[in-house]
Amino acid sequence: MRRAFLIAVPFVWLLALFLIPFAVVFKISLSDIALAIPPYTPTAKDGIWNMLSQLDFENFIFLTTDNLYWRAYVSSLQIAFFSTLFTLCVGYPMAYAMARAPEQWRPTLLMLVILPFWTSFLIRVYAWVGILSGEGFLNQFLLWIGVISTPLTILNTNTAVYIGIVYTYLPFMILPIYAALDRLDGSLIEAAEDLGCSRLKAFWLVTIPLSRNGIIAGCFLVFIPALGEFVIPSLLGGSGTLMIGKILFEEFFSNRDWPVASAVAVILLLILIVPIVLFQRNEQRQAEAEK
Amino acid sequence: MAETEFAPWDDPDQKPLIRFRNVTKRFGEFTAIDDLTLDIFEKEFFALLGPSGCGKTTMMRMLAGFENLTAGTIELEGSDIARVPPNKRAVNMMFQSYALFPHLTVWDNIAFGLRRESSDKAIIAARVEEMLKLTRLEKFARRKPHQISGGQRQRVALARSLAKAPKLLLLDEPMGALDAKLREATQFELMDIQEKTGTTFVIVTHDQEEAMTVASRIAVMDEGRVMQVSTPDRIYEAPVSIYVADFIGDVNIFSGRILTTGDVYELGFAEGQPTVHAASEKPLSEGQQAHLAVRPEKVAIHTEKPEGVDNLLEGKVLDIAYLGNLSTYHVELADGQVIKAQTANTRRLSRRSITWEDPVWISWTKTAGVLLDK
Repeated sequence: MRRAFLIAVPFVWLLALFLIPFAVVFKISLSDIALAIPPYTPTAKDGIWNMLSQLDFENFIFLTTDNLYWRAYVSSLQIAFFSTLFTLCVGYPMAYAMARAPEQWRPTLLMLVILPFWTSFLIRVYAWVGILSGEGFLNQFLLWIGVISTPLTILNTNTAVYIGIVYTYLPFMILPIYAALDRLDGSLIEAAEDLGCSRLKAFWLVTIPLSRNGIIAGCFLVFIPALGEFVIPSLLGGSGTLMIGKILFEEFFSNRDWPVASAVAVILLLILIVPIVLFQRNEQRQAEAEK
Repeated sequence: MAETEFAPWDDPDQKPLIRFRNVTKRFGEFTAIDDLTLDIFEKEFFALLGPSGCGKTTMMRMLAGFENLTAGTIELEGSDIARVPPNKRAVNMMFQSYALFPHLTVWDNIAFGLRRESSDKAIIAARVEEMLKLTRLEKFARRKPHQISGGQRQRVALARSLAKAPKLLLLDEPMGALDAKLREATQFELMDIQEKTGTTFVIVTHDQEEAMTVASRIAVMDEGRVMQVSTPDRIYEAPVSIYVADFIGDVNIFSGRILTTGDVYELGFAEGQPTVHAASEKPLSEGQQAHLAVRPEKVAIHTEKPEGVDNLLEGKVLDIAYLGNLSTYHVELADGQVIKAQTANTRRLSRRSITWEDPVWISWTKTAGVLLDK
């Protein structure tokens, strides 16, 4: 009874906060736009059977006809992929340094990584506007030390979006990698060196494989939210920055086209869920083969 | 053909494999190794024995190349190895935690070191199979470290460190994680493997029994210094100091002054007690402070006063520790000092003639004890 209850909690959670909302969104994506409240038809007021019979995949077909959408998906995937890669490149050395730092420093370093969360996410992204703009701190500093003679255009470009994403999601990359590296037994590295590895080789053959789970978790934690990111591209990105989060926002709030917005969201979800499910099934199969 | 005894340390023509010369290692204010000089010969099974914090692990880590020396030199086959990094030394180490790579199979763990120096798959495979056979691990080659038992893991660690055929194998508390029965079996297995491969082994341990069992020579260490280096029997029978005598096995110490010298020294150790007598290899002078160390198994216990013995003391039985094969009697002398006497239980317990509070006599011969001046 107790056990059933414990198992039920996450399932109920998932049902109430993911599956039911998803079903609602999916239903809307199959509806048609209408000048009404809510702004789509049919609704449950028309009767269940009547409603179901009027649903169709029109909106999904529409998404394939306008190349704005698939270009936005591809561009989002690209931005999410490269930001994840950059975050990994910045985050891994930081996590490594933290795990190697003297024991008494670690809680402080961990605190420093988490500290930015104590300020509003919006404020932190806005702060980057002040840093990256034409008259921003960065340009003023570079002009002052004489590296450049005219201000760099960083704000409202994809570069600014990358900077924003890497900055915002860095803790999500650092924490799981740090957890994996912290558990790593230092004598394993010594054993690798003892058996003829150089420092670099030992890192590649022992440290990296043993922190693999942390790397994967960190990449998921950055890639997934980065793919649907809206705030960062709309504040830091320019008109040329095409991301699906922005399209979603425009369809929903500017065009009030809920059905098309829902269809965009459903596709976004599929793009994320299908590879993750496949990946996890593969991991599970490998773990079972080992037993 | 009579086999000559293995004792390269007594042969002045033998060149040592490892030579510590005035080695000092400090960690900040703390001196881990203090001006240590020591030779280890080829094919030796050398034990570094001492309590935790005595510097034995530091010595091993310096040999492996994980610690730098503060002063002095360490030579391997006559050349200084201070600047040689761990991955370039012909020295391998078996870690106390075994340090097996959890993401690799037993086979890949053993092949790990071989892959660093050769890319010939056939050579690697042949060597790995040889190691698996040596350590009887053939059946577990495809398993990962977490899928095998502690004893098997220990053998994998040994196979991995032996795979590259090092000139010197370092073993850091290799049996620390094994239970008593398995430990005993493993000790003999280790000696067997050492003999088969002809590799020089240096073992670090705090277990004196283990050191006595496996080692050809033992270095007893304390606070960064070597107190005595000798064969197990010499360490036990002829310790050079109270520290060594006390660290290895059980011992009775009589402390006092030398009263008369000669072939046999006379030592007065307590007011109102008879003097004790002992022969000594080391010359001592009259009036000198000295200690007589006598092992409990060399002390005989009697219910009736024996005649014609070299040393005789009277007391009463305070405690009896029954160990199955042996019994140790704690005999309290009139001045309160407690002397341990050990006898083999060749007779059944019910026939035992001595019990608590019995007045008894204890005796030992003049050659049973060792006279120490420190």
